[in-house]
Amino acid sequence: MRVGLVVTCLVDLMRPGIGWAAVDLLERAGAEVVVPATQTCCGQPGWNGGDRAGAAALARKLIAEFEGCDWIVAPSGSCVGMIRVHYPTLLADDATWSERARSAAARTRELTQFLVDELGFDAVPGRHDGTVTYHDCCAGLRELGVKSQPRRLLAKVSGLELTEMAEPESCCGFGGAFSVKFGEIAAHIAERKCAQIAETGAGAVVMGDLGCMLNVEGRLRRRGDASTRVLHVAEVLAGRED
Amino acid sequence: MRVASIEFKARAGEKLADATLQRNLVRVKGKFAAKRAAAMAGFHDFEGLREAGREIRQRTLDDLDVWLGIFERSATAGGATVLWARTPDDINRLVLEIAFRHGVRKIVKSKSMVSEESSLDRAIEAAGLEVIETDLGEYILQINGYEPPSHLVGPALHKSKEEVADLFHRRHKTARKEGIEDLCLEARAVLREHYLTADMGISGGNFFVAETGSVVLVTNEGNATLATGLPRVHVAISGIEKIVPTLEDAATLLRLLPRSATGQPISNYVDVLTGVRGEGEGGVEHMYYILVDAGRTDVLASEVREALRCIRCGACMNHCPVYQSIGGHPYGWVYPGPIGSILTPMYAGLENAHPLPAASTLCNQCGVVCPVKIPLPDLQRKLRERTFERRLAPWSERAALRLWSWVAARPALYGASMRVVARLLRIWGGRERRIRRLPPGGGWTAGRDLPAPDGRTFREQYAARRRAGGKPR
Ligand code: SF4
Repeated sequence: MRVGLVVTCLVDLMRPGIGWAAVDLLERAGAEVVVPATQTCCGQPGWNGGDRAGAAALARKLIAEFEGCDWIVAPSGSCVGMIRVHYPTLLADDATWSERARSAAARTRELTQFLVDELGFDAVPGRHDGTVTYHDCCAGLRELGVKSQPRRLLAKVSGLELTEMAEPESCCGFGGAFSVKFGEIAAHIAERKCAQIAETGAGAVVMGDLGCMLNVEGRLRRRGDASTRVLHVAEVLAGRED
Repeated sequence: MRVASIEFKARAGEKLADATLQRNLVRVKGKFAAKRAAAMAGFHDFEGLREAGREIRQRTLDDLDVWLGIFERSATAGGATVLWARTPDDINRLVLEIAFRHGVRKIVKSKSMVSEESSLDRAIEAAGLEVIETDLGEYILQINGYEPPSHLVGPALHKSKEEVADLFHRRHKTARKEGIEDLCLEARAVLREHYLTADMGISGGNFFVAETGSVVLVTNEGNATLATGLPRVHVAISGIEKIVPTLEDAATLLRLLPRSATGQPISNYVDVLTGVRGEGEGGVEHMYYILVDAGRTDVLASEVREALRCIRCGACMNHCPVYQSIGGHPYGWVYPGPIGSILTPMYAGLENAHPLPAASTLCNQCGVVCPVKIPLPDLQRKLRERTFERRLAPWSERAALRLWSWVAARPALYGASMRVVARLLRIWGGRERRIRRLPPGGGWTAGRDLPAPDGRTFREQYAARRRAGGKPR
């Protein structure tokens, strides 16, 4: 079973450890992990920013790079949503690529979704002593239906206790370019999320998308919280929290 | 109404800093979202109902011209007159013609968002007639110098009861009331007088029923019943998209609308009004329908046509994280929130409103609650594409997107660039590993730090591991 890992541009640049955690989990689950060296970005910024041509070029590039893989997996709900939900729309009118886009979409899964739904894997090596709270990132939740899978896996992490926040499904305010273009509004939305995280008293907040992590961590630190950790679900599951 | 949507960002900034508004927004959010959730929990198959609602609305829109023709025949047969407004100005002209024809001096009005598109009240006043809004929220806005509405369902939701108490005290010249009930009683006493002395009533129209030629009005205050029942003349104004084929279709949508809007199983009042009074019946002497296009046929022919399914429940804004932070006014025109971010650019011009579809996290909290399943984020994306094509946004944004796509299409260049960026951010972040100020990302660091990266990209680490004899991949 060849599993192509989409590292994602943010993980590549900002937090490579998430990529290693994903490799580790997939290998433990019995996959042969392939990381195409030429991969860059899935095209989400262009797609969400109105640059359809730019997004389509990157979509074609990614599809070609992962064509030899049985599965395409990413530790990010929004990148998987891009491939799984939006590529077929983006390339629908492209005679040579629409079928390839649909095939790639059908083979693409978010990491926890893949581990649980496709492999039934739950032998997670992670250990975390303390309470965490889980934030459902929007694309994973509402585009892909990722909700129970990460919680199922987190329940297997020894020492870990999960406390839910008041509204785990409400947006953190990231929204890609929105978070820079409308930074004040994004920070205001993030503040509501951070207040809910603080209310749980959890030592860490866990989620599945690095963009949202940067947004939440950035706001936590700015509001003076130096201690609450912001962790990717893959890091916790793989026991690679640093 | 003036279109101020281009100033979205500046106005949003003011609203973020407005402590009173922020308190009111927290109150509103708790109220609507929680009540809707409770109503959903008690309903056996809300998803099935949403699908039925979507289907009814889409089926009607697919043959809108046919249904409009049927409506016109049914309504005319019932003794009503059907008039067509191509532009917002036509609405005002038609209303004034009707008023002059019937010697009208005073008009009472129940809620009509469409009439805000043409600033009808001010046109009526400019013609020397009197007009009184009877929906409590609209009345509050009217006596506050025609303040713009901030929400589809509760146009004055941005106001606290203290602000309303001050306003009533000032405008009615009465003793200042404290409680909500006393304020309502005071408004009621003022409005009752007007219902009885008005010659004409204007209403909106939640639905126009083709098979019967009826208008359906949904209210909680009963003001529409009085405003359309007591005066001699009734004029119902709404968009051409508000047609539904049958009363049964209207009934299905009535199960969706109040639940989505306020969490009520049904609103306190539902009026179904059909034609003029016959021998020995109640009802009005003269009934007019004004069916408004004002950009709707253009939307119908466009890629965002699904927006016309909207039944104006307000759920999308109640669940929108952006709306929850800034309220409705920054959207700058009649319709705020996610649905406003589509309708405003379409009705008032994308060049005047392109910040609206951009001001969204695309979280889709709106799309999953919309009772007629409008894919609002997808529509926002389509308008972003038009914004990009027409070069309406600042050139720097466009250049950044282009540059990103260009570099990301060249793996070697991309790899080298990211190596440099990773190191720069690492250094900038210092020992604490956090960036408090980042000149090119000032929008980010105004309210948040940026956690700094490790300094080596994943692809570098991965390549190094392969060179060091790690498992080949
Ligand atoms: S778009 Fe949907 S949720 Fe928003 S007001 Fe219209 S019907 Fe309601």
